Amino acid sequence: MEFLRPATWDEALAAKAEFPTALPISGGTDVMVEMNFDVHRPSAILDLNRITELRQWEITDGVVRLGASVPYARIINELSEPLPGLALAAHTVGSPQIRNRGGVGGNLGGASPAGDAHPALLAAGRDVFVEVASAARGTRLIAIDDFYVGVKRNSMEKDELILRVHIPVADGPQQFSKIGTRNAMVIAVCAFGFALHPKNGTVGTGIGSAAPTPRRAVAAEEFLQGVLAERGLWESGDLLGAEVIQQFGELVKAAASPIDDVRGTADYRRHSLAVMARRTLTWTWNDYSKQIRSAA
Amino acid sequence: MRVTFTANGKPVEADDVWEGESLLYVLRERVGLPGSKNACEQGECGSCTVYLDDVPVCSCLVAAGQVQDREVRTVEGLADESGLDPVQQAFIDAGAVQCGFCTPGLLVQTHDLLEREPQPSDTDIREALSGNLCRCTGYEKIMDAVRLASARKCQKVGTSE
Amino acid sequence: MSTRTIAGQKNLQDIRTGSKDGIGGSPLRPDGTLKVKGEFAYSSDLWHEDMLWGMALRSPHPRANILSVDISEALKLPGVYAVLTHEDIPGTKFYGLEIQDQPALAIDKVRYHGEAIAIVAADHPETARRAVKKIKVEYEVLTPITTEEQCLNPEVYGYVHEPHEFKSHGSGNICHSQKLVHGGGVTDEIRALADVIVSGDYEVGMQDQAFLGPESGLAVPAEDGGMDLYVATQWLHVDRQQVAPVLGIPEEKLRLTLAGVGGAFGGREDLSMQIHACLLAQRTGKPVKIVYARDESFFGHVHRHPAKMYYEHGATRDGKLVYADARIVLDGGAYASASPAVVGNAASLGHGPYNIPNVRMEAIALYSNNPSCGAMRGFGAVQACFGYETQMDKLAAELGMDPVELRQLNAMAEGDSMPTGQVIDSPAPVAELLQRVKDMPLPPPLDLTNLDVRTLPGALSNTTHGEGVVRGIGYSVGIKNVGFSEGFDDYSTARVRLEVIGGEPVAMVHTAMAEVGQGGITVHAQIARTELGVEQVTIHPANTEVGSAGSTSASRQTYMTGGAVKYAAEAVAQALIAKGRKRYGWTHNDLSLNGGKVVSESAGVLVSMVDLLGDDAIDLTREHHHRPTVPFDKETGQGFGHVQYTFCANRAVVDVDVELGLVKVVELTAAQDVGKALNPLSVVGQIQGGCTQALGLAVMEEIIVKDGKVRNASFTDYLIPTILDVPPIPVDVLELPDPNAPYGLRGVGEAPTVSATPSIVAAIRAATGLALNRVPVRPEHLTGTL
Repeated sequence: MEFLRPATWDEALAAKAEFPTALPISGGTDVMVEMNFDVHRPSAILDLNRITELRQWEITDGVVRLGASVPYARIINELSEPLPGLALAAHTVGSPQIRNRGGVGGNLGGASPAGDAHPALLAAGRDVFVEVASAARGTRLIAIDDFYVGVKRNSMEKDELILRVHIPVADGPQQFSKIGTRNAMVIAVCAFGFALHPKNGTVGTGIGSAAPTPRRAVAAEEFLQGVLAERGLWESGDLLGAEVIQQFGELVKAAASPIDDVRGTADYRRHSLAVMARRTLTWTWNDYSKQIRSAA
Repeated sequence: MRVTFTANGKPVEADDVWEGESLLYVLRERVGLPGSKNACEQGECGSCTVYLDDVPVCSCLVAAGQVQDREVRTVEGLADESGLDPVQQAFIDAGAVQCGFCTPGLLVQTHDLLEREPQPSDTDIREALSGNLCRCTGYEKIMDAVRLASARKCQKVGTSE
Repeated sequence: MSTRTIAGQKNLQDIRTGSKDGIGGSPLRPDGTLKVKGEFAYSSDLWHEDMLWGMALRSPHPRANILSVDISEALKLPGVYAVLTHEDIPGTKFYGLEIQDQPALAIDKVRYHGEAIAIVAADHPETARRAVKKIKVEYEVLTPITTEEQCLNPEVYGYVHEPHEFKSHGSGNICHSQKLVHGGGVTDEIRALADVIVSGDYEVGMQDQAFLGPESGLAVPAEDGGMDLYVATQWLHVDRQQVAPVLGIPEEKLRLTLAGVGGAFGGREDLSMQIHACLLAQRTGKPVKIVYARDESFFGHVHRHPAKMYYEHGATRDGKLVYADARIVLDGGAYASASPAVVGNAASLGHGPYNIPNVRMEAIALYSNNPSCGAMRGFGAVQACFGYETQMDKLAAELGMDPVELRQLNAMAEGDSMPTGQVIDSPAPVAELLQRVKDMPLPPPLDLTNLDVRTLPGALSNTTHGEGVVRGIGYSVGIKNVGFSEGFDDYSTARVRLEVIGGEPVAMVHTAMAEVGQGGITVHAQIARTELGVEQVTIHPANTEVGSAGSTSASRQTYMTGGAVKYAAEAVAQALIAKGRKRYGWTHNDLSLNGGKVVSESAGVLVSMVDLLGDDAIDLTREHHHRPTVPFDKETGQGFGHVQYTFCANRAVVDVDVELGLVKVVELTAAQDVGKALNPLSVVGQIQGGCTQALGLAVMEEIIVKDGKVRNASFTDYLIPTILDVPPIPVDVLELPDPNAPYGLRGVGEAPTVSATPSIVAAIRAATGLALNRVPVRPEHLTGTL
């Protein structure tokens, strides 16, 4: 096994081109578990800790460009205003120590359906892009909806690395809920991210741990967008009503295709997704109504 | 491979490190610092918590090669010539140590908490320590220890001002 | 030369507490400073020049015939020093705590998922891992025997141990059974006496000790052909007794020293890596260290027996219990371990701390191809308590009575008889303990206006901002025995030495007691201070140079080894006084040791211990045997089977998100009689820790086994409570002395683990209105989504 320690992004891409099976490591929160328990023995480990760009974020043109290795702790502390959903999700990742090391790049690279960042990224809208690069072909942006392609598989090529994620600054309330069978330090039994995007009159959803990949509840989004538009609720901020909330929950539930496993049953996952969908919708809408009323 | 870094203020060097080795293994088996504990080696217990460049991390999840030229501070580096750190003393005094296997990680994590927030609320303490499992105490004496360390540290600051 | 002291023959004496760090005080742990500095040497911290790393190959199948094992490729790997199978074992191939039914390495078949087949010694853990992967095993995979139905029909489903392979157990796949009949037993006539009958099927999942310090140790071959083993265990002498025959060496050539122990809770009562490390060291002639990774730890030790229980209780309309009928089926897994004792506890304690005129009980432990189960804190009593306490709540509901009042109405007290016929001859304040937890102030009510999600079910996972959250309160009480039972003489030995060092009298206490975190060594020093009137006490490392201290289990160490230290120290004190009498011709009969001096109550200070001792040392060893017990009659369960009983009561307050099935325990109160708190700080720590493991069993902890395969052998999926799961645990400690016990003390460690689980489940029931007949309670149970 090789241990590769590029000092710059270009060196990292060159190394990945030379060792396409090299396993990138940053926070180590997944990779080292595989090392310690002999799950995986890659040809090389590619350490990304020395690459400054990966640990930086900036906001330009209403978009947060979030370095792949910015640790969750910094997302919570520094980005909870522009990225409230992701910050809430970040707060549920592992433990404080894990949050000090792990970043969104690891979740995306591993593409586990249980990754906590995914539902928040999906909910943040269709304009979320993963910026990946290779030495041979340079940079490309992958829309979040095209990113997850199978169980622990993403749409990246073998010679590519994740540089950053582009996430629009929130223009409305966002929420994130996650089920765990313990009150801290749990892998998601299932999770749900939700966001209101009043600027373009859309809503975003993200389902975690309840399908082979993280996924959006498309029918639920469309249903809710329709109701909000038809009833002029974006403008009025009036109550959604129990039926709408209930129906939204049912559509989220229907979007999942969970399995029974050691962490929970498929039935429970579906049930709790409906509950989380109803609650997160209620919380965000209440916040939104307050904003509308206070602006009026 | 060879890895050189700073451990508790002193330069250390480890040779013939296997590329998949963790910082925890290097500390425990190669540089004579077994204080950080190997309870789960999957980031689920916090017993191996060390400062890496002043940030508490699970050393089991840091690849040895990642600490090249960096600074590590372990439980062995909390006390100085003048004696135990107030956090260490509080853990003894409050009865927060039983088997003690979780203690090194808890001490580093508590030390960091009180550096950042000298007077944390109980809920803040629980959040900060939620990544450190203890199987013996039921955490009550650990809560007492953190409160005690906080009170003593604040008192110390108060008297020196 | 050691002599016997029977605790029961001594009267309680006034307890001298000359030193504030004597008994009744809370001096700091002697190992505390080392532990907070990271300098305390745990078994996994050991290191030796030239040391090798040992590792085991374990079976992926719960039941299979081994057709062949090919180690040739593994041996070729550079850095590999030895690869051993059962064929390389020089001595006996089997071991076991009570029944020697477990092969040190699998012989021709495997009986559980994770059974060790071959072991490797290599120069680095990674080399050892690679070598293990190169061992080729050909299996004939068989359908595992895993359910009660399968176990009890061996002619259809097969035997875990073929009858010709094994003689010690009775028949089929039953490892051990115990019946009990009290009063008229349970007949139609007895049933007819009851106005109300409640019954239910209850289930307890397989809990794991989940101590944090993994199984580990270092075996160092000695020049005399023997072996030095440094290991984390609960009982050095029983390890030696089991390991030496496998190595083919006499016991005295196997020397064990206790290495630092990172928790135990029963899980270190059986052997884990001991034999393997020694075999590899014996073969290679080099020191061998074995440290289990967390996944291997789940395969490498026994767990708490999962139980299926049927309970039926009859009572009069006014709440008096008429009869109890129970059948408790414990799954012991592949090997016996402590199953017989677990069965004995379940049968003899399964009625709970209640007076019931008619009782019929049956407890059995099965052999199966599930993971082996054995000792875990409160064994046998934990499972039963969930059954009978659930029944008490059911009965109270049926009668429209307050559940605490119903319990108090039927509560045992001193002088009452157990269904075994054993009269409880020391305090049994069951009703008072219940009253105490009931009378403690309740936590503030749920306040949804001032929300911090971290205090709600789900906490940071942000699942509720108050929606669906309902509070519930539940009560329970439990009974546990202290010490080894049923005729077992689990004596303890202590050696105490008194001499002058640096101008001060210093006592040294030497026992083989395993300090696993409980604070036994703190207490030993306290006892020596109290009995010898000295301040300075050193604790000798625990090893097999001194006689057995028995196991650190069954809540027995302070009673048994603490007692031995007391008697050894008393003997030293008497010897010192005798020396003074001889030298100075004292005739006083009111002499004692205090403040480093020999003191006469009438004449004052006679001489300093420094002057009296001079260059001499007094060094005496004593054994402490508890009063004898007898085995239970196999059919009737009658007999004076237990040394001592201990009781704990709990009140749990929980918030349940009833829509999502998530639980936050808000407060868990405990009241326990400890006889005499030798170290109040440690006593409270034990009770809080015990309650927390019970909380884990109530709401999250279970090894999930499907078709014999363990599916969650990791801390990612076997969850134990974090600090955000454990609430404040107010503890009310009673001290009603037991005249049969040293200082009147009562074992502490297990009772809260027995009693707290049902209180939490009762509180969840109160919040949800659900029946909840199984622990751990999962969100699926609370939401109907199983």
